[in-house]
Amino acid sequence: MTKSELIDAVAQRTRITKSRAEQVVNCVFEAMTTALEGDQGIEIRGFGSFTVRHYKAYNGRNPRTGKPVPVPPKRLPFFKVGKELKELVNAPLVARQKAKEEAAAKAKAAAAAPKAEADEPGSTA
Amino acid sequence: MTKAEIIDAVYEKVGGFSKKEAAEIVEAVFDVMKEVLADGAKIKISGFGNFVVREKQERVGRNPQTGEPIPISARRVLTFKPSQVLKGILNPHKERLKRERLEGDDDSEEE
Repeated sequence: MTKSELIDAVAQRTRITKSRAEQVVNCVFEAMTTALEGDQGIEIRGFGSFTVRHYKAYNGRNPRTGKPVPVPPKRLPFFKVGKELKELVNAPLVARQKAKEEAAAKAKAAAAAPKAEADEPGSTA
Repeated sequence: MTKAEIIDAVYEKVGGFSKKEAAEIVEAVFDVMKEVLADGAKIKISGFGNFVVREKQERVGRNPQTGEPIPISARRVLTFKPSQVLKGILNPHKERLKRERLEGDDDSEEE
């Protein structure tokens, strides 16, 4: 999803015009950028938080030539995903994994049962 | 900065909304993003950065206290990669150096 698609989705959901939604979305990211610029963290409950990390100068290397290059001190924004979103993002996988484990348990139970049918174990994976 | 402050910014700078409306719309922005990311899709906000869902393979980790190996199941994680623009805003000095290098010894300062 790009920013313009996000704008479309917000416009549709909140029934405001696209141009208004565009102003809002731009304002949101501008406000966040300004906060980070001012070394201020951002906390969006349920989504995540942004902090500014300070890195000291160090000597890096040009990976191609192996020549040492001085890297000046820098500031980088760092995002930490919130608990709710972290679980949301991972949920489909957790559900899939659970289904797989249940299927495996079932297959095992079936194999252990007397007079088990001889359909090849593992072919359903 | 909290969500409440972002709502205030929208209320004051965009204008034309009540506080409640501004809150609902800002809420919708983050809700839409959450839903898209939950679907495993990425979000690219030009000038800010990209939110990308990454599939992690199962691997063996270690209990840092005991050194005991423990399996870490396959999972999806969300990562944020800041855009060059945002990095530049946080590092104006570095940007200037880069510009000067590109422009040679051109001394004209345009801020």
